[in-house]
Amino acid sequence: MTSSTLMASGLSVGDVAAAPALPDVLAPRKQRSRIGMFMYRHPTIFVGGLLVALIVAIALLAPLLFTTDPTALAPARRTRAPSAQYWFGTDMLGRDVYSRVLYGSRISLIVGFSVALLASVVGLTIGLLAGFIRILDTVVMRVMDGLQSIPGILLAIALMALTRASVENVIVAIAVTQVPPVSRLVRSVVLSLREQPYVEAAVAAGTRTPIIILKHILPNTLAPVTVQATFICASAMITEATLSFIGAGTPPIIPSWGNIMAEGRALWQVKPYIVFFPAIFLSITVLAVNLLGDGLRDALDPRLAKRI
Amino acid sequence: MNPKAPMNASRPLLEVNGLKKHFPLKSGLFGGKKGYVYAVDGVTFAIDKGETLSLVGESGCGKSTVGKAILRLIEPTAGEVFLAGERIDNIPISQLRPMRRRIQVVFQDPFSSLNPRQRVRDIIAEPIVNFGLAANGSELDDRVAELMDKVQLPRDAMKRFPHEFSGGQRQRVGIARALAPGSDIIICDEAVSALDVSVKAQIVNLLSDLQDELGLSLLFISHDLAIVEHLTHRVAVMYLGKIVELADRRTLFATPHHPYTKALLSAVPVPDPTAKRQRIILHGDVPSPINPPSGCRFHTRCPFVFDRCRSEEPQLRRVAGGQMSACHLDEVPDVAVIPKAA
Repeated sequence: MTSSTLMASGLSVGDVAAAPALPDVLAPRKQRSRIGMFMYRHPTIFVGGLLVALIVAIALLAPLLFTTDPTALAPARRTRAPSAQYWFGTDMLGRDVYSRVLYGSRISLIVGFSVALLASVVGLTIGLLAGFIRILDTVVMRVMDGLQSIPGILLAIALMALTRASVENVIVAIAVTQVPPVSRLVRSVVLSLREQPYVEAAVAAGTRTPIIILKHILPNTLAPVTVQATFICASAMITEATLSFIGAGTPPIIPSWGNIMAEGRALWQVKPYIVFFPAIFLSITVLAVNLLGDGLRDALDPRLAKRI
Repeated sequence: MNPKAPMNASRPLLEVNGLKKHFPLKSGLFGGKKGYVYAVDGVTFAIDKGETLSLVGESGCGKSTVGKAILRLIEPTAGEVFLAGERIDNIPISQLRPMRRRIQVVFQDPFSSLNPRQRVRDIIAEPIVNFGLAANGSELDDRVAELMDKVQLPRDAMKRFPHEFSGGQRQRVGIARALAPGSDIIICDEAVSALDVSVKAQIVNLLSDLQDELGLSLLFISHDLAIVEHLTHRVAVMYLGKIVELADRRTLFATPHHPYTKALLSAVPVPDPTAKRQRIILHGDVPSPINPPSGCRFHTRCPFVFDRCRSEEPQLRRVAGGQMSACHLDEVPDVAVIPKAA
């Protein structure tokens, strides 16, 4: 190895013994730990993941983070400014905004993750079937076109108007609006995967269609779907907050970021902190999830990064 | 026909009779049919057990479509395909599985023909599992190990993923998968075209060795005449969806009959700069298979074209010994033919 390197630099083998020690300017290559390497290669995944982990930790550990009952009314202490006792102040019913914002993160995360999961699973199923069954493809994709032609938030409002307000119904209503893009994505991936020689080879090798879908198609659609799911998660959190803000989402009794902002809206000009804190938390969470999604997209499929 | 192929069976292992594949061209909102791409338009050949037939031709002449139609990866439009005397082109897909065990395929691109998310062991084991050829896990492992020995891959490669291999090694994995169910015939669809010259030679030699060892038949689809000359018993030359000449290797390379074959052979590089030879250079492009030329499909580029070629389609017929050619010139051997000015 050494001699060949020297030969490449123009020295003959005989010079090896006399060769001077390598100059000091060639500093040793910087060694990075595995975590350091990951941070260096995928900074967005790292930052996004860290922030998401932080928000999840806040949501899980809310009772331990010096919060009080987020629904406890205290009319005597209403609309207090942020202080050592009430970190984010109190709202017009005297409820502690800090506690409400921390507990509110649970709703946002539950809605975001549930919608992402539900929309991905349903979208995957529809996309796989549509990609494999031509008749179904025509019908299902026209239905998806129809769904996509309605603005997502309007569709969610309409669906919420059909049922009573609850977190589960919000999840379903938002998931319905997110299924079309996922199924469209999966269908397009399936259609291109079906033409792959390894799928044709599997057909020639006598593999039955369900096994082909499970073993050859599904694993190769998971990467783009995972990326899409993170974006759905982020947009679902915004949609949930929007629905709650206009009173069509989570019931007002449950502290969600949208509800807190909706209630603080009337006092926006005099007590801006009631709106400010949940808004900041929502922005940071959505930013974190989007960063994670961007990073995953680049890491999992460089070609997809250019296409979206 | 072919001296090397044993003639123990009364019928050839694989018979293809008048195979056609026309792809409909759809257009407009309601998918009305605008026309057809005549990709394969009446192809007839047979392959004996232990024999290699090469299907050669320019890209787009339909040679890969023939392979896929035989495998029923696409449904043939017309024609018959027999495997060991049994018709396989019109039976339902559900009854096709026993046939699939006997015909396997090796594709051109060693990178996309293996699932990137499967380990080599699982790739090779897939057909064995599908056809229930191993009673239990250890028997399966033994069979996979045996196949890896056959294609000269190290056994520890089993646990690895395709991206850890070179193109040649991946192609060996593909060949092992094709051998796995104990197949009788392997369709090699440009199986060595994507490989480096040295690796190409190794894979071709591997295929020949396996053929001698296992009595395999090969349908070798290729555009590379130098490779074909090296390993084939017989050659079928295709042009625009039809076979224009079919002969055993020695005859075809020594005395090509069809003008297209002559042109193809004259284009093969010869590793001798002093060699004097007559080059037949074809002008123009291959006509579109959507509107194939009338009469002889080669008449637009043939240097020997005359009136009859434009109106009447020549049939593939015996010209000498086992050699078949589809050219009107074969019928008028005494006419002095003057090449058309280029």
